[in-house]
Amino acid sequence: MSTTLDASTETVRPATAGGSTRRRLPRRTKEPDLAARGGMAWTVLAWLLTLLFFAPVAWMVLTSFHKEADAATNPPSVFAPLTGANYSALFDRDVMPFLVNSATASIVSTLLVLVLAVPAAYALSIKKVEKWTDVMFFFLSTKFLPAIAALLPVYLIVKHLGMLDNVYTLVILYTSMNLPIALWMMRSFLAEVPVEILEAAQMDGAGLLRVLWNVVRPVVMPGLAATALICFIFSWNEFMFAVNLTATRSSTAPVFLVGFISSEGLFLAKLCAAATLVSLPVLIAGFAAQDKLVRGLSLGAVK
Amino acid sequence: MATLAAAPGRPAVRQRSLSSKARWARRAPLLPALVFTVVVTQVPFLATIVISTLHWNVLKPGEKSFAAFSNYKTVATDDRLRTAVVNTVVLTASVVLLSLAIGLGLAVLLDRRFPGRGLARTLLIAPFLVMPAASALIWKHMIYNPDYGLLNGVLNAVAKVYGGHGPSIAWVSAHPMPAVVVSQVWQWTPFMMLILLAGLQAQPGDVLEAARVDGAKGLDTFRYITLPHLRQYLELATLLGSIYILQTFDAIFTITQGGPGTATTNLPYEIYQTMFRKYEYGEAAAAGVVVVIGTIIVATFALRVISSLFREEQGA
Repeated sequence: MSTTLDASTETVRPATAGGSTRRRLPRRTKEPDLAARGGMAWTVLAWLLTLLFFAPVAWMVLTSFHKEADAATNPPSVFAPLTGANYSALFDRDVMPFLVNSATASIVSTLLVLVLAVPAAYALSIKKVEKWTDVMFFFLSTKFLPAIAALLPVYLIVKHLGMLDNVYTLVILYTSMNLPIALWMMRSFLAEVPVEILEAAQMDGAGLLRVLWNVVRPVVMPGLAATALICFIFSWNEFMFAVNLTATRSSTAPVFLVGFISSEGLFLAKLCAAATLVSLPVLIAGFAAQDKLVRGLSLGAVK
Repeated sequence: MATLAAAPGRPAVRQRSLSSKARWARRAPLLPALVFTVVVTQVPFLATIVISTLHWNVLKPGEKSFAAFSNYKTVATDDRLRTAVVNTVVLTASVVLLSLAIGLGLAVLLDRRFPGRGLARTLLIAPFLVMPAASALIWKHMIYNPDYGLLNGVLNAVAKVYGGHGPSIAWVSAHPMPAVVVSQVWQWTPFMMLILLAGLQAQPGDVLEAARVDGAKGLDTFRYITLPHLRQYLELATLLGSIYILQTFDAIFTITQGGPGTATTNLPYEIYQTMFRKYEYGEAAAAGVVVVIGTIIVATFALRVISSLFREEQGA
């Protein structure tokens, strides 16, 4: 590639140090103007499609507050009286252990991922090891191996170790599932720490730990939170390992949900309550951090 | 190469002069993650390869023996598996293409400023955030149910207005594959939309402005400026989406159990059945190896796309 181009961007860099150059790209300045030309029709269409996509979620939440008799009617009843009975029935049915298992598996594995990924991302971005791109691609390639192909050996190994139906088995599997994603994300966040600031701090005699804590930490905190969120979402929603490697003691929320129907017959309103309840943590977290979601989902490749 | 050019005489030279002790100090933070990943992901994969060369059915203990490539032969000639490959391709391709197309449409609509845009975006990403096992159940029982499902319910309500009687179609058993595809398109469209919307918003405004000043029509601007700009984002969304959708398990397990017959059995579900219903471990492992090879082919393209994004960042 052209050396001149690269060299010129390098000379420009100090001027924009401290902030990403991308963020300073000129945005569309005449947005309201363009929108006005598009007119109402597009706005209406956008909202219609949005409501169409959201309808199943809305219907699920609404039905979860209906009585069973009102839930399964044809045509569907929108204005039936509301009740919280389905939710209290869920807790009577001991949904708690499943939620606790899910929380344990998701939170512990997320912490473990961060403990492993943050130092590794540091070694791949700030003080780079040699061949760091190869290392990055090795990690990513493990993400491309279909989990189902690993299920059999994992099942046999776990069985041999006596760790079937153990929530920490899930912790380890979820950690390996999310580590590559976290590593890629954290690398892209750490790469944004301006080298000049690091060097200046070191020149002032700050030790490594001080630099990390006082300079690097504040810059990457939002990125760290986004990474944790993505890992949490994928772990919380994981189904295949959970359903095949757990039984009674360590089943997670998705397994509870799917077992719900086979054990009780179909109670639509209760099913909706259960589905809403187990989806709630991820829905809340995802809504709260939706702008960070994109970067996580694209492994940090898209900002 | 870009790194070398970007920093003449800095990291490159310094790295060469590092002592081996310093180099290990640099590697140290990387090692725990590397060791963990190698142990947890590569060991099972090696074990899969070993198991794939064995005759091994749990129901027939004592008959475990070396099979060389006979499991692969079974995999290559088995009708069920061939159906599963076809189903996997159909499912993945249709879900990716449909959700990409709808996602692009939504991204373009949401790129405009309009009242409640933030709220619309928030509502739109909900399908992606709902637990996949939960959404599979919701689609199966709440929407597709022939008696009180939302789909027939709405059709009936509309038909009533015209004095007729709506259909009572058992969607899942009558149209199993489209039923699964629609539920997956619903789930994955927000993913595509989010990435494409990020792409649209990263468009440099001055170029669009210039096009407008030059008198370009909206559609021309989209065709000749926006689409080429979006190419990388489209590729990224396609490839990441394919890799996840290729592995679809929750929806098949929950909505159709692979049926009726083998109409919706995809490879992951077929492997699962070979393993936990037929207990043919050797065969399941061989099928697993085949899936890995297939995925590596897709992933090679993915890596090329991602590394082009990557190179751009390095150069910047």
